[in-house]
Amino acid sequence: MDAFSIGTYLWTTFGAFLTLCIFSFLYRDNPFYKFAEHLVVGVSAGYFVIILWHNGLQPNLFNRLNDGDFYLLWLNSARPWYLIPGILGVMMWTRFSRKKSWISRYPIAMYMGIAAGIAVPLEMKNRVNVQLYSAMKNVEWNNFFGTGILDSGSAVAQLIILIGTLSALFYFFFSKEHSGLFKGVARFGIWILMIGFGASFGYTVMGRISLFVQRIQYVGNWTETSWAHPSVLVIWFLIVGVFALLLLLEFIKFLTKRRTAAS
Amino acid sequence: MKRQFLLLLLLCFAVAAPLATAQTAEDSPLSGEAAVAVSPAPGPVSNIQLKDTDNDHGHSVTLSWEISPDDGAGLNNVIGYEIHRALSPEGPFVKRAGVPAGSHSHVDVGSKEESSPDYMKDYIDYYYKIRTITADSAVNAESTVAGPIQSYGQWFNTGRVPVLIFVACFLALTLYFINRAKGGADLYVRPLAGIGAVDEAIGRATEMGKPILYVLGLGTAADIATIASYTILGRVAKKVAEYQTGLIVPCYDPIVMTVAQETVKASYADAGRPDSYKEDMVYFVTQSQFAYVAAVNGTMLRDLPATNIYMGKFYAESLILAETGALAGSIQIAGTDEIAQIPFFVVACDYTLIGEELYAASAYLGREPLLLGSLKAQDYAKAGVILIALVGFILLNFGVDGFKEFFFVSN
Repeated sequence: MDAFSIGTYLWTTFGAFLTLCIFSFLYRDNPFYKFAEHLVVGVSAGYFVIILWHNGLQPNLFNRLNDGDFYLLWLNSARPWYLIPGILGVMMWTRFSRKKSWISRYPIAMYMGIAAGIAVPLEMKNRVNVQLYSAMKNVEWNNFFGTGILDSGSAVAQLIILIGTLSALFYFFFSKEHSGLFKGVARFGIWILMIGFGASFGYTVMGRISLFVQRIQYVGNWTETSWAHPSVLVIWFLIVGVFALLLLLEFIKFLTKRRTAAS
Repeated sequence: MKRQFLLLLLLCFAVAAPLATAQTAEDSPLSGEAAVAVSPAPGPVSNIQLKDTDNDHGHSVTLSWEISPDDGAGLNNVIGYEIHRALSPEGPFVKRAGVPAGSHSHVDVGSKEESSPDYMKDYIDYYYKIRTITADSAVNAESTVAGPIQSYGQWFNTGRVPVLIFVACFLALTLYFINRAKGGADLYVRPLAGIGAVDEAIGRATEMGKPILYVLGLGTAADIATIASYTILGRVAKKVAEYQTGLIVPCYDPIVMTVAQETVKASYADAGRPDSYKEDMVYFVTQSQFAYVAAVNGTMLRDLPATNIYMGKFYAESLILAETGALAGSIQIAGTDEIAQIPFFVVACDYTLIGEELYAASAYLGREPLLLGSLKAQDYAKAGVILIALVGFILLNFGVDGFKEFFFVSN
């Protein structure tokens, strides 16, 4: 383990403390959670302002206008057309004025128009064309079961993909009543979807557990470093003490409530 | 008792953590020094072909070559190839990439950003050579210099013609059905439980005197799910204005917030109650995913909304939001096109709009010809897709490949 400064110990202790503060939400909304919540919201808002400046405004607007120099020589810029998005951005600020806020609708309209123009062909490509192409499979009939029924190369698996895709599409017909054969196919489609959702759920839950383990490891690593600094441990046990006090108070409240109910 | 138990668990965790001993991974010993053997140089690659990469925005060159005679045969000592580029045939050559043995081609993609060190300028001459490498770094073979070649962008991506045809067909269908709807044709749409529940949920909130929490998700204003969500928000806000119920809309994206403010404001005006609209109904929280979730969770537990509506694009926060809403005892209606998140909404919400149902919801709620027409067009487009997939599948399995390839879309 590398030698850490006392500052590092204190910061990691603070991190471990905030982890517990967020976990305390499992108990109920409490001052510890509120503190952590407001801290993370405030810090993240400030952080993203800086990120936006360094990753957005500076490289994409100011540097392009000034060829890397930050001076107000934009009208002499080799690329003055970058002033247009700059002006549109400034127009958004008119929202601060009630009388002039209508001006901000123009950049919004422009943004939405451009966004829709990009999204329509992109969605058509990714969600229709690519999937349609993939659904047309050349089934390997001589490899009917493959190495098992879940072998993606087997004919059975490929037929399941095709039938599953098409029947799921039947479920999403909105202008036809689901009855008769149509209802049967649509119901099969929703079953296929639910099986898929179940698998996805299990997969993601496992991912979440690994995140939880990561947090525990963080606290575990913190303990490894903190043994060298008893002062940090004192802070830690103070935190534990507060939690213990909270538990005690809650328990007393619970007993009082039960006694009152009994009497 | 549940709370005490949870608190006890937290306490145990807090006490046990410092006592936990850190795992120390034993360094696995190296398997020993690799035997160094002097090997003869392999043959170089030959017949290097250069061309500007098709259907792109420029800043890219595609290379292809015939592999070294010692790649998989002969001396069989080739482990890969290094691609080197220069601005003149004399050099200096700079290594651009490495590819494994057996590779016949490589696409050299540079940055389009002038400020980037990887910037690759269009319309200037580039020269390439390929170094055949072996396990011994001192033993390699260089090809002859190939070039010059210039990179440039194309105005039209011919690889996406099928997309253009599909969009054109869909547009024609949409216009046709919008005209029919405007002409007074009765376009049937089957009922969906999740959509019917929206009105019930607003009524419940009014009876309870509690607000409605509407979450637009983490999408940008450009995402189709967010655009669909605006329409539903408009409808919800109109009902809320009519019933004089509270509305809370915490936003993740500032542009989404701006559009949502305009939507809610317009709905209040439509409902004849423009004075009831307050700017702080729709507010910005932060653009950090889990900080946003923490704030919305806090709102759920402090304001105790009667109904939580989640419509839009959601990611890992979906279950955290829905679970907290369920704990707070709110009726919850969700809708997203993020397939990985739908299961979480299904388990934790009362009603869930799955994928395209979210897009359809706006048409159901609005009953406007424009939206109904597009909904009908979607159904016909789906029928077309099913038909094409079936025909393609049958033809392909009878040995006709051309039909499938007509629908191939390149990147």
